[in-house]
Amino acid sequence: MVKEKDSVIKDHSGSRLLKDKIFLIGIIIFSVITISPILLIIGKLIVKGYRQISLDFLIETTPNTFEAMTSIANGERIPGGIANGITGTLLMVLLAAVIAIPIGLITGIYLYENQEKRLAGVIRNISDILQGVPSIVLGLIAYLWVVKHVTQGFSALAGSTALAIMMLPMIVRSTEETFKMIPNAIKEAALALGVPYYRVILQILIPTGFSGLLTGILLSISRVIGETAPLMLTALGSSVINWDVTKPTSSIPLLIWEFYNDPNMVDLIWSSSLLLMGIVLAFNLISKQIAARRR
Amino acid sequence: MVNSEKITKIVLISVSLLIIVIAGGMVFSLFGGAIPSFKEFGLKFIVSNNWNPTEGKENYGALPFITGTLLTSVLALIIALPLSFSTSLFLGEYYRNKRISKIIGTMVDLLAGIPSIVYGLWGFYVLRPFLVSLGAPNQGFGVFTASIILAIMIIPYATSLSNEIIAMVPSDLKEAAYSLGATRLEVVLNVTVPAARSGVVAGYILAFGRALGETMAVTMLIGNSNLVPKGLFATGNSMASLIANQFGEADGLKLSSLIAIGLILFILTGIINAIGKFIIKKME
Amino acid sequence: MLPEEDKNMNENILEIKDPVLTLEGLSVAYDTNVAVKNVSVGFKKNSVTAIMGPSGCGKSTLLRAINRMHELYENIETTGKIILNGQDIMDMSTIKVRRRMGMVFQRPNPFPTMSIYDNVIAGYKLNGIKLKKGQKDDIVERSLQDVTLWDEVKDSLFKKGTFLSGGQQQRLCIARALAFSPEIILLDEPTSALDPIATAKIEDLLVKLKESYTIILVTHNMAQAARISDYSLFMYLGELVEYDKTKKMFTNPKDIRTEEYLTGKFG
Repeated sequence: MVKEKDSVIKDHSGSRLLKDKIFLIGIIIFSVITISPILLIIGKLIVKGYRQISLDFLIETTPNTFEAMTSIANGERIPGGIANGITGTLLMVLLAAVIAIPIGLITGIYLYENQEKRLAGVIRNISDILQGVPSIVLGLIAYLWVVKHVTQGFSALAGSTALAIMMLPMIVRSTEETFKMIPNAIKEAALALGVPYYRVILQILIPTGFSGLLTGILLSISRVIGETAPLMLTALGSSVINWDVTKPTSSIPLLIWEFYNDPNMVDLIWSSSLLLMGIVLAFNLISKQIAARRR
Repeated sequence: MVNSEKITKIVLISVSLLIIVIAGGMVFSLFGGAIPSFKEFGLKFIVSNNWNPTEGKENYGALPFITGTLLTSVLALIIALPLSFSTSLFLGEYYRNKRISKIIGTMVDLLAGIPSIVYGLWGFYVLRPFLVSLGAPNQGFGVFTASIILAIMIIPYATSLSNEIIAMVPSDLKEAAYSLGATRLEVVLNVTVPAARSGVVAGYILAFGRALGETMAVTMLIGNSNLVPKGLFATGNSMASLIANQFGEADGLKLSSLIAIGLILFILTGIINAIGKFIIKKME
Repeated sequence: MLPEEDKNMNENILEIKDPVLTLEGLSVAYDTNVAVKNVSVGFKKNSVTAIMGPSGCGKSTLLRAINRMHELYENIETTGKIILNGQDIMDMSTIKVRRRMGMVFQRPNPFPTMSIYDNVIAGYKLNGIKLKKGQKDDIVERSLQDVTLWDEVKDSLFKKGTFLSGGQQQRLCIARALAFSPEIILLDEPTSALDPIATAKIEDLLVKLKESYTIILVTHNMAQAARISDYSLFMYLGELVEYDKTKKMFTNPKDIRTEEYLTGKFG
């Protein structure tokens, strides 16, 4: 048991503390840089976009290029709005949700019930991989499946198919995670009373985890609302309001893409983007709020 | 009673199998659609750098787009790295559980919520002119501009996972290092980050997977020239943006070639994501 | 100025001649919640001092105040003096202070990304002190010998420390604290996560280590305090109730609260 008595080693504490400070300042600066785009982007959208937003903008369909050109030449506000995009987005996202929610919920429940089973492991992995598939590839798939073989042309249904495949893995994951957090005792209490299993799911699990499920669904919707690329390959776009799922349909992002490519309409990109951003942020914040309240 | 249990089980399992059917169907359809192109060009499809839809001289090679995709994604990852690393330390270590972290964290999450096309617009109307004013060539279009936007887009994916993992590093581990006289920086670099290493790496891999498939923002900024990019500031094209650009007028061999590119993209992102998920699973 | 109660208490607190470490009026508060109240006490060199008390009495908080760990957290405030070898360490840089005191935690916490070897010299590595290979080897061997771990791990020095058993891990953590040749070793319930055999090994080790170090041990286990400590501190609700030679306190406690605790009336 020898003890090194003369351990007078220089500790350089001065320069080490300086390094410590400099590093922290670097962290703060880089973090500020990281978040600055969100402020810059939203700021830009508001400054450039708010003037075009009005009731007309929400309830009228897109003007044609010629109308837009004349009004610009006369120094007037571009007439019309993006009602065809708003209704298209509503139609396709709603349809996608109708397809994806039941499948996603049931798959999530299956995974939760069969944690250790190999098949569940396979399904979980495939769902994870599916979540990483680029949306443009999902557009290709929906084109090959629906545009070519079901609706024989570009359609809202094809667009919804692509969006639904996008939403599916997110809902599966959030359902499983939500149910995992429900104490087993609640479930067992019901089963001990002899309640059939499907009733336990419908009357115990789903109501108990409702806010968690809702958070997952809203987040998945907020992720697909802004999707453009897969819809270019499937829904194509339309200058009129369309409620027929077998017909080409527009959406807000698709309109932004059209405006971007049309020099006469380009003024409309900011207001459309502002509206789109507002919807996405609203879904995002609402779902976060629900999640926060649950805790 | 027994019957209803059985039916419940059957419904659960058969609906769950749908996801396997969907994934299997995707592979099947992409392969099926790509066959004409692979038959015509064989392996040359991947190594040829000639994309020429002119009738009579039709030839499709994916090399420019594979390199364009990889180049922009790698560059985006390099740009995102210091920013995302700093932010995850800010959120998960230095200001953990503080109000300011909640605000910054929410803003980083919101970055993930901005639609790709809005990023593209901002890149086109704000970032691109700014880079031109700094002397960027090609009116600011090109690999570099696309990579900056991609970097911003993938930062939330890289940050959220590594921030969570860094915040989970047990405090007694850090305290052990402090009790030996280490400064915070020394604790962070020698204990916290190494302990969170695999999670941080997994976060970057998943973010890289995101970058590979991004379409709209890249389309609007990369310049869409069907050539292998000659440098960081040269124009080019990515697999995803090629599909978006050329799909409208495509049929026959061209359509098949676009699907083949979709297949390559699908496989590439699949591999990258599988690696990322594998690391996460091993960590658990 | 002291309230009546405090004066009475002071009679139950042993005065140590030439203490190596003295706490003077030490208080620790979490926000407004005072967890350690005005503790003044001296610690005898080359001895084991046990800090006892029911859970929540502030014993761990007191221990962690000694090497100023509380300064890692903004909402904890420490006041008072800590005098090490005649020098007040409250105004020194924590880097210097902590190097003079080794700390061992409740749960074994070897650095999971470092090998056994690197864990032992982690203090040098973390402090950016460059050593020659020979010096490092010496320190590693000597520290592992000191904690009687050398023979068990000498063939697997470059494996991860986390593969060891709990007791071995805890001895590794003690070796890590010893490698820096500290003056004081602070141990916060070091055997609470270990089985009886591993606990016995650590206890034997501490008795041996006091030849070269001053050991302060927080324990919730009275038998452990009786077995290995020379002096005992009893804390209750953040106050230092009694401080005496362990034998004396266990046979003849002065304060009624100490007596009740030692006879198992609460705890």
